[in-house]
Amino acid sequence: MGVRGIGPTKEAAFEAAAMALTAVTTDPQRVSPGEAVTVRCEAPDDELLLVDWLNALVYEMATRRMLFSRFEVRLSDHRLEATLWGEPVDPARHSPAVEVKGATYTSLAVAQDRQGLWTAQCVVDV
Amino acid sequence: MDLNLLTRRSACEWQIRPFGAMRVPGIIYGTEALVREMDDKVYEQVTNVATLPGIVKASHAMPDAHWGYGFPIGGVAAFDPDQGGIISAGGVGFDISCGVRTLTTGLTTEQVEPVKERLADRLFHHVPAGVGSTGLLRLKAADMDAMLTGGARWAVRQGYGRTADLERTEEQGCIAGAVPAAVSERAKKRQQDEMGTLGSGNHYLEVQRVARLFNHEIAAAFGLREGDVVVSIHCGSRGLGHQIGTEFLKTMAVSAARYKIHVPDRELACAPIHSEVGQEYLGAMRAAMNCALANRQIITHLVRKAFAEVLPQADLNLLYDVSHNTCKIEDHVVDGNTMRVFVHRKGATRAFGPGHPDLPPPFRDIGQPVLIGGTMGTASYVLVGTREGMELAFGSACHGAGRNMSRHQALRQWQGRDVVKELGLRGIVIRSPSLRGVAEEAPGAYKDVSEVVQAADEAHLAGIVAQLEPMVCIKG
Repeated sequence: MGVRGIGPTKEAAFEAAAMALTAVTTDPQRVSPGEAVTVRCEAPDDELLLVDWLNALVYEMATRRMLFSRFEVRLSDHRLEATLWGEPVDPARHSPAVEVKGATYTSLAVAQDRQGLWTAQCVVDV
Repeated sequence: MDLNLLTRRSACEWQIRPFGAMRVPGIIYGTEALVREMDDKVYEQVTNVATLPGIVKASHAMPDAHWGYGFPIGGVAAFDPDQGGIISAGGVGFDISCGVRTLTTGLTTEQVEPVKERLADRLFHHVPAGVGSTGLLRLKAADMDAMLTGGARWAVRQGYGRTADLERTEEQGCIAGAVPAAVSERAKKRQQDEMGTLGSGNHYLEVQRVARLFNHEIAAAFGLREGDVVVSIHCGSRGLGHQIGTEFLKTMAVSAARYKIHVPDRELACAPIHSEVGQEYLGAMRAAMNCALANRQIITHLVRKAFAEVLPQADLNLLYDVSHNTCKIEDHVVDGNTMRVFVHRKGATRAFGPGHPDLPPPFRDIGQPVLIGGTMGTASYVLVGTREGMELAFGSACHGAGRNMSRHQALRQWQGRDVVKELGLRGIVIRSPSLRGVAEEAPGAYKDVSEVVQAADEAHLAGIVAQLEPMVCIKG
C-alpha cells in the first residue's frame, strides 16, 4: 500500500503523508482530534526522515492504541518535531481495517516539483 | 513478466542468466501462466538479490512470488558467511516468523457443521483480533526476555498448551541464539500487550474441513482423513517483529557504506553476517522468531478453550507449525559439498524432505508438512517436503496465494457486508471486527492458490497432500 502526501511546503507534505497513513487503517474523518501527542525523530536525509516520521506515527498508534487525524510538523535540518492529535481506537466507530507494520524504502521519495509543490511518499507494509 | 527474458529449464523452472553485477543466476518456479502474470518487479528483485555478497547457487522465486520490499515476496536466497555473505532485514521482512500452524481436532464435518456459528462466536470471543486489540497477558521485563529466549517452550511452561505441541513446531518451539538485549525497548513496549493476538490484514484463524486427499499414504501419516475438521492459525511476531524490522532496516541502510556494500535498492540494505550489525540483527531476529512461536502457541491454547466450550469431545493436536519470514542457519549440499549457509525465506516456507535430521521422528521418513494458506473463501493446502526440493531451492516452497489486487481496488469492488453474506451462502461463517477489513481481504483480491500449489508440486518443491476448505474464518 502506498502513501503520498502533497503540499506547498515539505512540512505540509509530511503532514499529508501522515494523514494518508491513517487512511490506510480508517477514514480520518471519523477520528476526533481530541488528545495531543508529541514525537521527535532525526535521520541523515529527507527520505529516511520521512520513513522515521511515519514509523514514529505507527509506533504511537500501536503502543497508545490510538488513531490520529491532525498533524503539525516542524522541520529543521534533518530533525523533525511533530504534534499529533487523535483518540483511542473504537472498533465499532472506526472499523479499523488493517494495522500498518512499518514504512518501507520502496517508492520512497521526498521532492519538490517545478511549481514548488512538495511530495513525500513511500510504500507501507500492512 | 516478459518470458523472453528467461530461459525455460523445465515445465515449471525458469532461469535468468547472470548479467551485470549478478553473482549467480536467478531461478523462478511457476507455470507459464503464473510466471507471465508475475510483476516485472519480481524479475528486477530476483536479479538484485543475485548481486548480494556471498550468495550461494542462485536467487530463487517461488510460484507465488510478487513484488516485495527489496527481496520479492516468495524469495529464497542462501548466503555463505565465509564468503562475505550478508544478512538482510528486508530479506526476512517486517513480520518476522509470520507463519501457519494447523491442528487436527479429532472431529468430523458432520459434528462441527451444526454448531459452527456458536463455535465462531466462542473463537472470536477468546482470540483477540484486529487493530488495537490486546491479549490477556501483560509481560513485565523479565517475562519478556524469558519469552524472547524460550519461544513456544516458554509459552508451554506458562501453561499455554502441551509439551507434545513442541515436537510439532519447527526447531521444537525454540530458536537458539536469541538475544533479548539486541531487541530495543520500543520493540518490547510494542509487544507487551500483544501476546496471544491474531493481528490484522491477511492474518486469520480458520476452522477447515479436509475436502480432498491427493496422497493418501502421507495424509494418513499426518493424521488427515477426508471429512475431518482441522484448525489453522496464520499470524506472526506482532508489533515486536515489525519494530525490529523497521529499526534494522534503517541501521543496515546507514551502515552499508561502512561495510562497503553497494546495493541497487535501499530496501536491500544488509550487513555482513560476520559483522557487529549482522550479529545484532541475528540475535534480535531470533528473539522475534521466538515471539511468533510463543504467540501462535498461546493462540492454540485459546482455540482449545473455545472448542472445549462448544465441542468438549474435541482433541486438538498440532500437526505442524511452519514459519515463512525467516533467516536460518542450515546445512545444504551445493555442488556435491555440504555447506553451512544462512537461508533467507521471505514469504516462503521451509519444506525439508524425507531423511532430514532436523525433522521430528513422525516426519523424518516422509518429509515435513508444508502448510499453505488460502483466503477466507478458497482452499488452503497441506503439502509435504521432497528430496528433490532439497536440491532445488534449499528445501523451500511457496507460502500462500499472494494478492492480485490492491486493498484500495478491493475496497472499490466489494462491500464487507456483501462478502460476509456471500460466503455465508456458501456455508462459510465469518467473524471480524472490521467489515472494511473483510472487503480488503475478499477472496477475489487474491491469486488462485490452487494454481500456485499445483506449480510447486509440478516443480517438485513440495508434493500436494490435502486440500482444506474453510468452514469458519476469524479475520483480524
